[in-house]
Amino acid sequence: MKWPAMHSIILSGDGPRNRFLSWFIVALVLFMLVAPFLGVGQAMLNTLIRIAIFVVLVASFDLLLGYTGLISFAHTMFFGIGAYAIGLTLERGGPHFSSLLIGVVCGLTLTLILAMVIAIFSIRVRALFFAMITLAVAHVFYVIVTQQYVLTGGHDGKNFQIPKMLRPSNLVWRIENLDVSITGATLVYLGIILLCILCFLTMLRIVNSYFGCALMAIRENEFRAEAIGVDVLRCRVIVSCISACFACLAGCLYAVWVKYVSPDATMSIQIMLDILLMTVIGGMGTLYGAIVGSTLYVFAENYLKEVISALSLTAGDIPVLSAIANPDRWIFWLGLLFVLCIYYFPEGIVGRMRREIEHE
Amino acid sequence: MISKFPSVQRDFLPLLLIPAAALLAFLFIDSVPTWLTLTMAGLAMGMMIFIIASGLTLIFGLMDVLNFGHGAFIGVGAYLALSILLGGSGLGFAYAGISGVVLLYIASLGAALVAALIGFFFEKLLIRRVYGDHLKQILITMGGAIVIEQIMVMIWGPYELQIALPDVLKGSVSLFGASIEKFRIMIVIQGMALFLLMLLLLHSTRLGLLVRAGVEDSEMVQSLGFNIKRIFIGVFVVGSALAGFGGAMWALYRGTLTANLGGELMITVFIVIVMGGLGSLGGCFIAALLVAVVSNYVAFVTPGLAAASAILIMAAVLIWRPSGLYPIMVRK
Repeated sequence: MKWPAMHSIILSGDGPRNRFLSWFIVALVLFMLVAPFLGVGQAMLNTLIRIAIFVVLVASFDLLLGYTGLISFAHTMFFGIGAYAIGLTLERGGPHFSSLLIGVVCGLTLTLILAMVIAIFSIRVRALFFAMITLAVAHVFYVIVTQQYVLTGGHDGKNFQIPKMLRPSNLVWRIENLDVSITGATLVYLGIILLCILCFLTMLRIVNSYFGCALMAIRENEFRAEAIGVDVLRCRVIVSCISACFACLAGCLYAVWVKYVSPDATMSIQIMLDILLMTVIGGMGTLYGAIVGSTLYVFAENYLKEVISALSLTAGDIPVLSAIANPDRWIFWLGLLFVLCIYYFPEGIVGRMRREIEHE
Repeated sequence: MISKFPSVQRDFLPLLLIPAAALLAFLFIDSVPTWLTLTMAGLAMGMMIFIIASGLTLIFGLMDVLNFGHGAFIGVGAYLALSILLGGSGLGFAYAGISGVVLLYIASLGAALVAALIGFFFEKLLIRRVYGDHLKQILITMGGAIVIEQIMVMIWGPYELQIALPDVLKGSVSLFGASIEKFRIMIVIQGMALFLLMLLLLHSTRLGLLVRAGVEDSEMVQSLGFNIKRIFIGVFVVGSALAGFGGAMWALYRGTLTANLGGELMITVFIVIVMGGLGSLGGCFIAALLVAVVSNYVAFVTPGLAAASAILIMAAVLIWRPSGLYPIMVRK
């Protein structure tokens, strides 16, 4: 018996299937892993962490949108639950590893219960209810979080401390001849990157299992899937729970990195829109799309905003143009881009790349 | 071969929900004036939600199109009403006396008209291309709504604006010791009238018959030689106009307006149409009143629960009837 190659085991037999894409991913992962030793500065590390966390968030969203054909607007809610679970337990229980663990467990439990209840209530009759009910629940959850000022800190959010070992002040090791210090913050950075990679590989495993096939069968034709013996309701409920749990984990990682939680930073509709865009740009129905989408989007967000504000300066007093080029109009551009992408580019970047390979 | 049509089963059980909720609330509130004020406020809110939701539910029922952009029409209606009111006062129309009411109606109807126009183009430009694909419909209409909302911010600015009622409609009347705002009474009467008008149109005109038939089985209606797409555009435009009209009323009711006014209201609207049974006008009416009345009571009795009350009612209703109060039998 011939064993499959190592990379095939790690990637669950579902590689990027495009040479350019493979090199891009390898380069990105390598850069993420060595970045703290190159002295690239805090801003770059923040950007890389943001990309890594959004890859998990977008990939878990794609489990629903791309693989199963369900739209959830509560994805940021679960992200927020994870972030708040970590934030609140660290704040109440003190900066210990035990509070970190309790936070993750509490967050996952709440996420699992909520996700299951929402899914059972809404998908039972029509999958279409899911979009509306998740939107409503997420909004109500947001309102409740902002209202419970004593517990959550309301709109202002909460600052908190992480365990001493993980702080920048904790010097773990100093490499003299490279002039690089490995501190607690470096450990957190590497830990988050590795956990994100692990989460991504786990999701890749899930979509390439029998269960993943069942999901895609449901997406293509619910009726036929049911007819060949797929338990449609059960699969949909399970996948929405899995997806929510990964979002919650991403929220936990995010909170550990920024040491601050607020409703607008974790569960606003703006972030939901970001996730939707990243999923669509990268390519729905392929997890590699999450990597491409989040990387492009996060970099674009960082640099395009500056370009737009430069443009608004040159536009000056020209009435319509200056209104459109205003940096505050960022969301307007996102909305427009989103609509155009769905019309003219529904397969996304990865989908297009793979299609070209198949045509050759 | 068929000798007899099955007799129509009338289902009055959901109708009892609102009186039941009102009675139950009375036990907790225990004061006639307060209860009356709360009930009236709830009914007024419910009527406005119904006006907005009715269009959305019919649009869905007829063509299986779920329009997440409906909220944008609400906002457009609200802002347009404000602009027309301001323009009207600028031209020297008195805002006092009965002419204020006339101006108010001109403003809200104008808002409805423009919302209808935008709805027409929204359908032609965006929704037309994604018939039969729920996933894309939701994404596209969501994106479209964001673009419209941002254009509103560009035109009217990001700040909260004030909108005043005509003097005649300000103030309240006294009834059994309770003071009830005049505007709320007007909204309730107007909402009832609109509901009856819609029922009349749907049940005793030829066009209404076609719409109802289309909701049940659009393919069959089409195969009988009717252009269902044309009927659908008509319903879509009317639905958008109703959203604009409802938005104008909602802004006048609250006194302030922001660009995300529609988005917030849409949360309740979605809860209402799911509860009522997607596509059902009567279910939508009952659900709208129920949600509004109950959330008013809850906000008074236990303010902490107010935000979640609508979701909890919906959960309760869906346990009782998983497809909503009046599920539509769809053959699609």
